[in-house]
Amino acid sequence: MKFLPFANRNLKEIIRDPLSIFFGVGFPVIIMILLTQLQKNIKGMPEDIFSIQAFAPGITVFGLGFLSLFLGILMATDRESYFLQRLFSSPLKSQHYIIGYLIPLIPIGILQASVCFAVAIGLGLSLDVNIIFAIISMIPVILLFTSFGMLFGVLLNQKQVGGAGSILVNAVAWLSGVWFSLDMVGGTYKVICEILPFYHAVQIIKKALAGEIIYSLLNFFVVIAYAIIIYVISAIIFHKKMQN
Amino acid sequence: MLAIELKNLSKNFKGKKVVDNLNFGLKQGELLALLGENGAGKSTTINMLCGLTKPTSGDAYILGKSVVNDVFEVKKLINVSPQEIALGNKISIKENLELVARIYGDNKIEAEKKSRVMLEKLKLTEKANEKVKTLSGGMQRKLSIGMALISEPKVLFLDEPTVGLDVRTRNELWKTIEKLKGKVTIILTTHYLEEAQALADKIIIINKGRIKSEGVASKIIEDAGAKNFEEAFLKLTEKEVL
Repeated sequence: MKFLPFANRNLKEIIRDPLSIFFGVGFPVIIMILLTQLQKNIKGMPEDIFSIQAFAPGITVFGLGFLSLFLGILMATDRESYFLQRLFSSPLKSQHYIIGYLIPLIPIGILQASVCFAVAIGLGLSLDVNIIFAIISMIPVILLFTSFGMLFGVLLNQKQVGGAGSILVNAVAWLSGVWFSLDMVGGTYKVICEILPFYHAVQIIKKALAGEIIYSLLNFFVVIAYAIIIYVISAIIFHKKMQN
Repeated sequence: MLAIELKNLSKNFKGKKVVDNLNFGLKQGELLALLGENGAGKSTTINMLCGLTKPTSGDAYILGKSVVNDVFEVKKLINVSPQEIALGNKISIKENLELVARIYGDNKIEAEKKSRVMLEKLKLTEKANEKVKTLSGGMQRKLSIGMALISEPKVLFLDEPTVGLDVRTRNELWKTIEKLKGKVTIILTTHYLEEAQALADKIIIINKGRIKSEGVASKIIEDAGAKNFEEAFLKLTEKEVL
């Protein structure tokens, strides 16, 4: 459990940044409230897209996209400030760093998703046991976004992480079916979305909320496979950088 | 057994020799000042001794443990205060100290106890719960050294510990370092010649990765045929350039 003090420090570094809290929790909540108001006030908005049941899973996944930014920026800052170099002379091994960076993001992601669902319930999402399944199903999605964050953190500097994180958050927004059904566009666009993991991440949560989690095995497989591959690549790069 | 022993230690970067065949030894409790101009190979030498960079050839031993073959055993014995201050920015001064103590194996209670003692030594008790960014440069430097000391290392590396400090703070740090002599083996790199003369049991001047002279200041002056230490340093580091 050598990674625990380091993980504890990383948790504090992230949650003590007010911008992280705003972007991770506040921003998705604001979008949810705005969309609900739009749906109430503008007649003719399609129910299958703009009902809270339809967009809450997507917005929650969209919010989790910010986890990659938190982690990437923390790792890049640690590298640039030489804090990591100091720790590299300690008896910690590369796996302790990888786990120490990953672990704090899991409770942060679960808390973030729980707040989003709590607000969604206030806005009309049905309160049932499926919400608990949806929150548990978030764990692979959290791992997916932290894997991107780790890759950014080992490869990029602070400014570059900001840019890469924004691209990722936008990719989640446009390629996951958060704002519109992929069937509306179809064709190559839909195929690309289905190859990438973001659509599958949203589907996991949608199906969990609908009580159809059993039908999301393929979605789980795609998300977990992406997370594992990106983690392995990041860990190899981290290990190499640690030795040099 | 020597506390630190270098045997033909060398490092190449992109085919260029940055550290070239270094050989020297240091007894337990001695303080060595490693002097040289920028790019002389001081920090690379420290990085190899800390296990941060692998030597291209040769080896070094910290209390008998090889930096090539027993690097994680070496890391348990040492600590380093890097050239850059390298602190956790959003955690408090006390939390920075406790983090290092816990990484080196102390439990929560021991880490808190050691942190309290270190804060007193560093005269930072009143600021214990403040974030690092509220500290002056000198205090941050002190904290950086405190983080290196809290693990009670047998061997301590201080990479330019007083750079950018005012005279008073530098003097306070010298006193802190002097108190460690005899107990902890220290390698200190510095650009301040008077610092090396005031603190070191032994001085090594390196240029382009090679040892140009070693011993006490008076021997180095004599060997270089110089009037004083500064002249000796300039002569020894100029020869290679001309």
